[in-house]
Amino acid sequence: MNNPEAINHSTGSSNYLDDIPVLKNTLYGVIFGSPSAHGKITGLDLSAAMDTPGVHRIFTRRDIPGKNDIGGIISDETLFAEDEVHYRGQPVALVVADSEHNARKAARLIRIETDELEPVTDPRLAKEMGHLLIPSRTFRMGNVTTAWQECDYVIEGRADCGAQEHLYLETQGAYSYPADNGSIMIHSSTQSPTLVQRIAAKVLAVPMNRIEVDVARLGGAFGGKEDQATFVAVMTALAALLLQKPVKITLSRGDDMRMTGKRHPYNADFRIGLTSDYRIKAFSTVMYQNGGAAADLSPAIMERTLFHSTNAYFIPNTEVTVHSCRTNLPPNTAFRGFGAPQGMFVIEAAIAKAADELKIPARIIQQANFLRDNDVFPYGQVARDVNIGKCFAELDRVFNIGQLEREIADFNSRNTLYRKGMALMPICFGISFTNTSMNHARALVHIYQDGSIGISTGAVEMGQGVNLKLAQVAAGLFSVDPARVKIETTNTRRVANTSPTAASTGADLNGNALLIAGNKLIERLKDVAGQMLGCNPGDIALHEEKVFRNGAPTDITWEKLVRETFLRRVSLTENGHYATPVIFFDKSKEKGHPFAYHVYGTAIITVLLDCLRGIYNIEKVLIVHDFGNSLNPDIDRGQIEGGVIQGIGWMTMEEVLFNSRGRMLTDSLSTYKVPDIYSAPEILECRALETEGPGPAILKSKAIGEPPFMYGIGAYFALQNAIRSFNPSWKPDYDAPLTPEKVLMRLYNNK
Amino acid sequence: MVTFILNNELISTGKPTGSSLLDFIRYDMGLTGTKTGCREGDCGACTVLAGSLTGSTVVYRSTLSCLMPLGNAHGKHIVTIEGINTGHLSHIQHAMVDNGAIQCGFCTPGIVMSLVAESASARTTTAESAIAATAGNICRCTGYKSIRRAADAIADAMREKDTADPVRWLVENKQLPEYFLTIPERLASIPGLTETEDSGIMIAGGTDLMVRNADELAESDIVTLYDRKELKGIRVEGGRCIIGASVTISEAGESETLKKYIPEISSYIRLIASEPVRNMATIAGNIVNASPIGDITIILLALNAEVTTGGSRDSRTLPLRELFLGYKKLDLAAEEYIRCISFTYQPEPALFSFEKVSRRTHLDIASVNSAMHVVMNGDLIAGCHLSAGGVSPVPLYLEKTGAFLTGRPVSAEIVLQAYEVMQQEISPISDARGSAEYKRLLLRQLILAHFLKLFPEKINLSTVQL
Repeated sequence: MNNPEAINHSTGSSNYLDDIPVLKNTLYGVIFGSPSAHGKITGLDLSAAMDTPGVHRIFTRRDIPGKNDIGGIISDETLFAEDEVHYRGQPVALVVADSEHNARKAARLIRIETDELEPVTDPRLAKEMGHLLIPSRTFRMGNVTTAWQECDYVIEGRADCGAQEHLYLETQGAYSYPADNGSIMIHSSTQSPTLVQRIAAKVLAVPMNRIEVDVARLGGAFGGKEDQATFVAVMTALAALLLQKPVKITLSRGDDMRMTGKRHPYNADFRIGLTSDYRIKAFSTVMYQNGGAAADLSPAIMERTLFHSTNAYFIPNTEVTVHSCRTNLPPNTAFRGFGAPQGMFVIEAAIAKAADELKIPARIIQQANFLRDNDVFPYGQVARDVNIGKCFAELDRVFNIGQLEREIADFNSRNTLYRKGMALMPICFGISFTNTSMNHARALVHIYQDGSIGISTGAVEMGQGVNLKLAQVAAGLFSVDPARVKIETTNTRRVANTSPTAASTGADLNGNALLIAGNKLIERLKDVAGQMLGCNPGDIALHEEKVFRNGAPTDITWEKLVRETFLRRVSLTENGHYATPVIFFDKSKEKGHPFAYHVYGTAIITVLLDCLRGIYNIEKVLIVHDFGNSLNPDIDRGQIEGGVIQGIGWMTMEEVLFNSRGRMLTDSLSTYKVPDIYSAPEILECRALETEGPGPAILKSKAIGEPPFMYGIGAYFALQNAIRSFNPSWKPDYDAPLTPEKVLMRLYNNK
Repeated sequence: MVTFILNNELISTGKPTGSSLLDFIRYDMGLTGTKTGCREGDCGACTVLAGSLTGSTVVYRSTLSCLMPLGNAHGKHIVTIEGINTGHLSHIQHAMVDNGAIQCGFCTPGIVMSLVAESASARTTTAESAIAATAGNICRCTGYKSIRRAADAIADAMREKDTADPVRWLVENKQLPEYFLTIPERLASIPGLTETEDSGIMIAGGTDLMVRNADELAESDIVTLYDRKELKGIRVEGGRCIIGASVTISEAGESETLKKYIPEISSYIRLIASEPVRNMATIAGNIVNASPIGDITIILLALNAEVTTGGSRDSRTLPLRELFLGYKKLDLAAEEYIRCISFTYQPEPALFSFEKVSRRTHLDIASVNSAMHVVMNGDLIAGCHLSAGGVSPVPLYLEKTGAFLTGRPVSAEIVLQAYEVMQQEISPISDARGSAEYKRLLLRQLILAHFLKLFPEKINLSTVQL
């Protein structure tokens, strides 16, 4: 099936936020961000900025008619700074002018005075000082205290991983204008139209029905537009309301990088205990999540870290604590994987360290501890349809792991300046929003009287192909030419109270809602066909644009049936509501059944390291992944490839640096590097594990957005193994990303 | 007035010549297929084609519209994604769609334009050249494997390309709209740009100043140096190679003259920026930018180059290494510019090596870079010019290290001793490109890499104690 989105993208005819044709008298906003990471505001002089030609108005917290509160989960974040600033780049004012150029010029003339306070950027220090965003949480299973005694080996260590900038190619943006009856129309580049609507209503002090949010598509998001598209959208709405003019904001890349949060850096202490047969008996870790200056999505991200802290392993005694630490950095936020990658990095580091001390390959420990059916996760859910062992067996069957290991050992014995390294990375990722109440969606389906179909859901298209998957679901359900199906923009007036398009759940939730709506319509169409043919609706089937009766084609076409249904005054519109069954979670006990199902997979990553220069290539990524019954193998392959390389980037190249004053040193694409075409692995092969697929997944096609990201973690350990081969006297540490600098320093450490 | 052809339309505009072509395309002309990604030449989302009339044909090169001052568009054919559409998908667009090389689509127009530039070039299009053409395009969604598959398909579709007249071949095969064939004649009728020396700040390729001074330039007229005939060309005169100031990095990489002297020049050039940036950035621009880490400057320092000034003052010629007075401080007056760069030349391979390590191998600024040029007399080093970037406030000519090596035989021991001299000469600082400690170690490694490359048989690795 052709992807109409992709065709339009290839000709440059798809409109993104900044491409929307502007209305006459449109004004442009530039945000003035705090130059201080922590301080009390003692003076704010807007006069020179106000005198700049073209400036219409400068907004601060004093201009807010409603509440200066944009916190999504907890109310600890303001739209504009109050008396204190808590991170560099924190919005203090919005300059609105007749051009972005003039607004920027004016913003430079704003003078702010602050009494400087000491910024804290280290989460461990923040914890020590009692700066927590929310109370800490612990997941427990078994009894680690007694289990340590039963272990033959107990290994302790530390594992840290860094932040990651989303670097969606389209920066944050929004365009708002006054509509009739005191309404505001907001075009927002957001994954969460309802969140934008809810927060805009709160800030503007209007009911939600006065705010309409529309999203056509996003130029990439990866979680970065789940919560953090909101402040930009709400600012345009505020200015549009108070000026009664259209107002647009498109963040410059620098402002976007400085003002918005990243993937959370985590610091962790771990302890792992094994018996002599390499079974992990006990695992405990304390993690320090660097949350930044406000909660944003940190509480939910912390929760997913807890859920994934044992990855694809069964460990009978576990105790995992996460402290969500408040620091003077931009509020860190959702990013593909949503806390799971950080949790998995810690358990993989613990296994790698244990393997190192026991002088065995980490694979031996990984393999000995894979989760099996009926094992219990530390959060109480019983594991069913566990496919990790099958994925590993298939990986070994197809790619011959032993052979790969021998080839690498042989290469390393023959080369001085080049070394290779290899690692195995299993994944187990739970599908559902961990907050049970968010697992629902609606779809609104119109069949027009000419037989074309318009579908609105809560899903936002951001490159993940959800529109194509929904169109496939509809075309399959009605058995019509996919060209008849159009997926509409995501709009809060057509589909209300939506959950964000996030947690890899977009296709599952919205697709299932679409199935419910579609099936209701099919019932009605069959009724009409039965009346037309004088038979029982149960004898009717819709197949390839035709009505079939008892398996035989009739002369009633799809178009004729639709037309007749319309003439008989039967509704051709339906709304479907879906809520994921079974799931629940009891936070007071930290136990429940939070996930509809899990996604499994295993990957082998091999690297080639240039030991003279400390630079490296990712040679091979070999994967066996559990797709279920993939609805669209092309889309799913793209998600695998994109996810893997983003994960490798996080582990090896992408480094967000702040100085001790909380100033970001990597606020441009010339200092923050993401993988380019030459960084992509030479070989990336992904095989599908043949499985039936779980019921709650859309047509048994498992969620795909986030899980592959975590294969990239293997790159860290593969690289580490290559370094060890060159420099056996180096004691491995676990401090991602492993950049060329860190690699070279470790190659020659102690030499 | 700046006059050029934008797609199929003759445009004359009085907008400031220092304002960006990107803003003009998107916000004045409403052609929103060209995207804004970073405004610093690091993402490629704004890639367009710039066609220059060369004889009776138009030579198209990929160009970053965010970095191109409007003045540099004068007399050219600027092509955006809207200007290549024919009503059906081209092979390039098909290859992108069919191979799943498009996800969010925001980077797609830039990638398509990079590939169109490759297809319109006078070289054979291979999968490798197609990939190289897109190396300046960042895609955050696909992981590039699908773009590589698209490159294979494109190479296949371009197998029959007539490299003698690629644009005509593309038009005849319905890969470009027919109006392309009318462009040479239409460009020929555009008169030159009238500007005076004092009408503003001098800009050549714009790849640095358009990033640093974007807001100021958006309101300013500039003096364009990029297309001045007297600043172009690479020639050999009296045993010296003379490179015009406005020769682009791409032109240098393609120069047969330079290839004779430094056969690996094109592979070195590939480590510098990206194809569209190399099409815009000039040799002199890299020098006057005065970055302590300019790649071209480091290469020229090791060639012991001299610079000759132009401008309203008397022309001077001075060694390149004497041009740098301090961090971003040059011995160059406001009314002076660099006219040309020259160095001793012979039409046979020199013992020359360039090394660069950055966080990302391509399209990145070096953590440390270094070049070495050695002349041997029998077994002894008769002359050694060694340079290094990223280890001092200026692009550094390692005079003492070079002097130490001169007169000595090549051996691992000598290289080890040279390290000691080198460490005294450099003064790296810790910054976003690495710690001082790393840069010291890295330069040591790169000097060893020079010797391993040039004298593989003379360096015994076991004595170097890696």
